[in-house]
Amino acid sequence: MSIHTATKTTSTGEPGLTLETEVLVIGGGPAGTWAAWSAAQQGAKVILVDKGYCGTSGATAAAGTTVWYVADPDDREAELHQRELKGGYLSDRGWMERVLDQTRINLHRLADWGYPFSRDATGAPYLPSLHQGPEYMRLMRKQVKKAGVTILDHSPALELLLDSEGRVAGANGVSRQLGRRWTIRAGAVILASGGCAFLSKTLGCNVLTGDGYLMAAEAGAHLSGMEFSNVYGLSPAFATVTKGAYYRYATFTTEDGSVVEPGDRRTIARILVKQQPVYARIDKASPEEQQWMRTIQHNFFLPFERLGLDPFTQRFPVTLRLEGTVRGSGGLRVIDQTCATSVPGLYAAGDAASRELICGGASGGGSPNAAWASASGCWSGAAAATFARQLGAGIHHRSLQPAGQTALRVGNQNPINPAEMIQAVQDEVLPYDRNLFRTEQGLSASLERLHTLWDYLRHQTVASFDRAVQAREVAAMVATARWMYATALERKESRGMHQHEDYPDLDDNYQYRLLSGGLDRVWVQPEQAVSNREFVKL
Amino acid sequence: MIELVSESRCIACNLCVSVCPTNVFDPVPDAAPQIARQSDCQTCYLCEVYCPVDALFVAPYADQSIEVDEATLVQTGLMGSYRQHLGWGKGRTPAAQREESAKFFNYEP
Repeated sequence: MSIHTATKTTSTGEPGLTLETEVLVIGGGPAGTWAAWSAAQQGAKVILVDKGYCGTSGATAAAGTTVWYVADPDDREAELHQRELKGGYLSDRGWMERVLDQTRINLHRLADWGYPFSRDATGAPYLPSLHQGPEYMRLMRKQVKKAGVTILDHSPALELLLDSEGRVAGANGVSRQLGRRWTIRAGAVILASGGCAFLSKTLGCNVLTGDGYLMAAEAGAHLSGMEFSNVYGLSPAFATVTKGAYYRYATFTTEDGSVVEPGDRRTIARILVKQQPVYARIDKASPEEQQWMRTIQHNFFLPFERLGLDPFTQRFPVTLRLEGTVRGSGGLRVIDQTCATSVPGLYAAGDAASRELICGGASGGGSPNAAWASASGCWSGAAAATFARQLGAGIHHRSLQPAGQTALRVGNQNPINPAEMIQAVQDEVLPYDRNLFRTEQGLSASLERLHTLWDYLRHQTVASFDRAVQAREVAAMVATARWMYATALERKESRGMHQHEDYPDLDDNYQYRLLSGGLDRVWVQPEQAVSNREFVKL
Repeated sequence: MIELVSESRCIACNLCVSVCPTNVFDPVPDAAPQIARQSDCQTCYLCEVYCPVDALFVAPYADQSIEVDEATLVQTGLMGSYRQHLGWGKGRTPAAQREESAKFFNYEP
């Protein structure tokens, strides 16, 4: 029996919850909270659901960030030029400008709301630092609640709902601590569900499994830049803290003490891939710099403090953890300045959306992604409120169909074994010699196995709808990996973070973005081809 | 990963059950929450930050569980150390305010 015909009672006997709202926000990190706040500012009724807890969920709460901010207008040109160059000229000047402008406004809002910014030499608040992630996200939760938004914590969305015209009109999910399912009918939905880091235990990212990509693709949305999904973050080998900034002051050495030159991530990975250890010592910071560092990234020092190790004087083994599209730039394609996706009623914000518009093929890690989260959150929130309002009185009288397809079929036959499937997908995406050092042969072989995995998943069942969370995470990761590698195979050059062993140079003929999508059949197309078709349809 | 919920310190407020983003804890009536799904812990340390009585300890190891001794952790000042660094709790100054970011990032106003 399909869950779609099930009544509103779960297998556990708990009654389901049905709610109606104008705007539904899926995800409660920076993008989701800014989106919810912004929609509520427009007077919309808003519900925010989070897989975990709005305030601790996602990369920002655990990691903290700098924020893309250019204080002096005269410095802006140089900053934009440098970003464009790094990103292989796939970014868009207009979007970069408006993200910087909106972020400046939002940082001032945070100061007004009471974020305790430190001061610069003149005594003015130093705005580009949101390093205290727990503080930032606690404040955002408070603001969202103050704006009248209803928050459902520990309530992962599992699938979107569509009306008869194909517009997104809500979602189904479960409240896992209550063991009951929920249905939320909405005028518009914002996906702020983050990127996909494949459960690599990179700091704060294990809730980020690409769930939004899967849900959106099932509704017919497109992705963009999925080849830009292979950022790896440095961390102590034993720990999760992928805070990279301080490694600028590190000397890296191999077992016998010889210095690794240059001490960049690719060089380090070439050694790690041979199962040989690499060590770091943060020995290039002056005593004064060390003192400053200790006041900023407290999480960086935690693992060392707990082991009684001094990272400034003692060396420690490092590893590289996959950060996927969290610090990469691929994600859902937005088609206009409101961050609408190609499916009416569906918007994307934060890492759920592609950040190529501001980063191109380079990492948006840290500051541009943080700026993008707050800016795209604001824009999508306002636009979703307007979209919902335009539906008028009929908003909740539409007949809705669930869009979910994979890993939602309830039954006892062929139950999904999540641990096995997670291992299978991680085997394809985590290894440096597959995802970082990309080759045509390696990508093709992985993609074949991932397609097989997807076909297998399609015929598996889950014990009950309220136990489908992990199975859906698996499906989302497999789908994400397929879009990543299918797109990477189409980009036969090296650009941004996509460095191809077989095509080591940048090729001017590839200076365009690549879109992707599809579930049982994955497709990849140059952006221009899809845009032209959309134009003809108009 | 999470290794300890101190029975002696815990006031059974269940805040950790609520705030853990990966749903590691289960509440226990009138008692300290149970670490029900330790392998789901992502070692983000956020439960410690929210615990009002410093009853939790997250060991820095991402992939392995280790033995910890509460008395030693208390003695070495590690229980609640992250919360203290962030300046959460009564009478403390938020870490954000104490940052030397402008100096470190070489910011000239």
